[in-house]
Amino acid sequence: MDYLDQLESEAIHILREVAGQFERPALLFSGGKDSITLVHLALKAFRPGKFPFPLLHIDTGHNFQEALDFRDELANRIGERLIVRYVEDTIRIKKLKEPTGRNATRNGLQTFTLLDTIEEFEFDACIGGARRDEEKARAKERVFSVRDEFGSWDPKRQRPELWNLYNGRIHKGENVRVFPISNWTELDVWNYIQRENIALPSLYFAHERELLVRDGKLMATAGGVIKPEADDQLVTRTVRFRTVGDISCTAASESEAGTLDAVIAEIQATRISERGETRMDDQLSEAAMEDRKKGGYF
Amino acid sequence: MDLLRFITCGSVDDGKSTLIGRLLYDSKSILADQLEAIERATKGRDDGTVDLALLTDGLRSEREQGITIDVAYRYFQTPKRKFIIVDAPGHIQYTRNMVTGASNCQLAIVLIDARQGVVEQTRRHSLIASLLGIPHIVVAVNKMDLVGHSQNVFSDICIQYAELARNLNVSQVTYIPISALNGDNVVDRSTTMPWYDGLTLLDHLETIEVDEVASADAGAAGRFPVQYVIRPQTSELHDYRGYAGKITSGLFRTGDSITVLPSGETSTIDAIEIAGQHLTEATAPQSVVLHLATDVDISRGDLLVRSDGLPLTSQTVEAMLCWMDTKELRVGSKYVLQVGTARTRCSVREIVHQLNVNTYEKIEGVESLALNDLARVVLRTAQPVSFDPYQQNRATGGAILIDETSNVTVGALMLVGEA
Repeated sequence: MDYLDQLESEAIHILREVAGQFERPALLFSGGKDSITLVHLALKAFRPGKFPFPLLHIDTGHNFQEALDFRDELANRIGERLIVRYVEDTIRIKKLKEPTGRNATRNGLQTFTLLDTIEEFEFDACIGGARRDEEKARAKERVFSVRDEFGSWDPKRQRPELWNLYNGRIHKGENVRVFPISNWTELDVWNYIQRENIALPSLYFAHERELLVRDGKLMATAGGVIKPEADDQLVTRTVRFRTVGDISCTAASESEAGTLDAVIAEIQATRISERGETRMDDQLSEAAMEDRKKGGYF
Repeated sequence: MDLLRFITCGSVDDGKSTLIGRLLYDSKSILADQLEAIERATKGRDDGTVDLALLTDGLRSEREQGITIDVAYRYFQTPKRKFIIVDAPGHIQYTRNMVTGASNCQLAIVLIDARQGVVEQTRRHSLIASLLGIPHIVVAVNKMDLVGHSQNVFSDICIQYAELARNLNVSQVTYIPISALNGDNVVDRSTTMPWYDGLTLLDHLETIEVDEVASADAGAAGRFPVQYVIRPQTSELHDYRGYAGKITSGLFRTGDSITVLPSGETSTIDAIEIAGQHLTEATAPQSVVLHLATDVDISRGDLLVRSDGLPLTSQTVEAMLCWMDTKELRVGSKYVLQVGTARTRCSVREIVHQLNVNTYEKIEGVESLALNDLARVVLRTAQPVSFDPYQQNRATGGAILIDETSNVTVGALMLVGEA
């Protein structure tokens, strides 16, 4: 059997285990390619029935409009419930201190809103599109990752996880993060998107836009999220986004790749990893992702 | 393109992480920024070498101690095949993590330090690989550079290992002399060991014929644990009732007679669906939706099987157990047993014998088990369970024990048969 069929079947199996083992799951959906792939897999797992979970987006308020529009359009097209909670509201209600300064990002504050939302809806499982090839702490995490009531991951106390037997039993207040595409690589996701003809936001394909050059990275000026400083150079370039996340910490790549074929060729040839090229938040320290996961990040 | 999942087992100083680093590096699977990151991390070392082990030790405490604590997964691809490397800890304290990693693998690389030969760790790792039914073993004799690339040393180790393997249930063992540090016989053929005319490690991994995970049970009868029932209950799909699950072994065709276990009711397959497409047959490991011709009471936890090959159904089950909890297991203790999607309570009726992981001796008269102990046990279950012997069918012969109070997975079971 072709490896994409194997990966697809494994992911569908995991999604159905969530449906079978939990009372109130949710699927974390951002409008990025990995969560769009999850939605496609959920359609395969549960149609002609409804999804046994809503889609949930934690909106930092600093997202690309294209991704938000795509998110709403997709939820609408498939007729599934979408819940959106805003980091902005958490900041206001809880009087959180927002990071300030040159490379400030709200990405870390998402965790607060996510944990509040889990509490609000009593979600016992959150399905996410994280992959083990993305980052070395993620490479260590189980498919069913049990988190305590603070959402913390404890890498030293992970449950054994054998064969395709997943243990989702938890105490009240705990929740499980579930990663159905754990074993997919970036290239697998793109090959699957092409094979299945899955639509993506236009951000993933080459387009012209205004950017500023900061620390060698091309950052979008869209939405006024990043405030230009004196030494930032404003440019117009043809770029695409290899990952789509918070505007404040997602860099663009110069590219002429306007089609799926071209994007795949580009990724096959690259010598730089996905997060290394695009995510500013992972480059703070050697253990940045591990620390965020211990703090409740997905 | 197909996919091979393999595990690397070795102890602290066997050079396991270096071997993985070497495989990734020489197959050009390490990206520039990842290499830069480990170069940064090793800057200031006296010998000025880049430590390829830092690629795989993903946790802060692993990097601090220079050991692997939990399983890490690495992915790479050559023009011939895709690979998932399961990088497992070798230390006895983390055996449960190795078992986690090994459970889905089709091949195990057992690393042996050429200066040491077969040691306790080799015996334990090989036993676990054999109990978990991993069909292919590669004995990679590493650090050949430190024994003068000697053919005699290599041959002696092969003889030692063959002796050990005689007591184990492994179908195929391949021996390769390597130096992970220098890259000899890992990806590129060594010029220092002209006496070796076999394949390099990567050549072997690329060309070995492996059954796919589920069809490691090729020829096994059709097995389908029901995960979820799809019932849209809309006006146009009023009577739609589909059983969603993954075929864990064998083949199902429309018109097949099937038996629902443990109830024993029978029916026939009316339709097989994948994402709305109707098929006339489907095989492991496909995730499908099955429709039956008659109304039968079926819910999550039931096992649908082809009636021409029934599994065992019993309330007393004998099994090999790997105990994975710090709290000890005692005869009489109660747990939740999970086989496929079925869960039932069980109690430990007997510890038939414990297995010494180094000498493979059977120790009788044991009343309790500690973390990482291996033993043959008899369980009594509250409800009948349906299963196959693990050595015939990994998917329906593997099971876990869950602690009812902590909810943690505390045991891995390879079911043997009815007691």
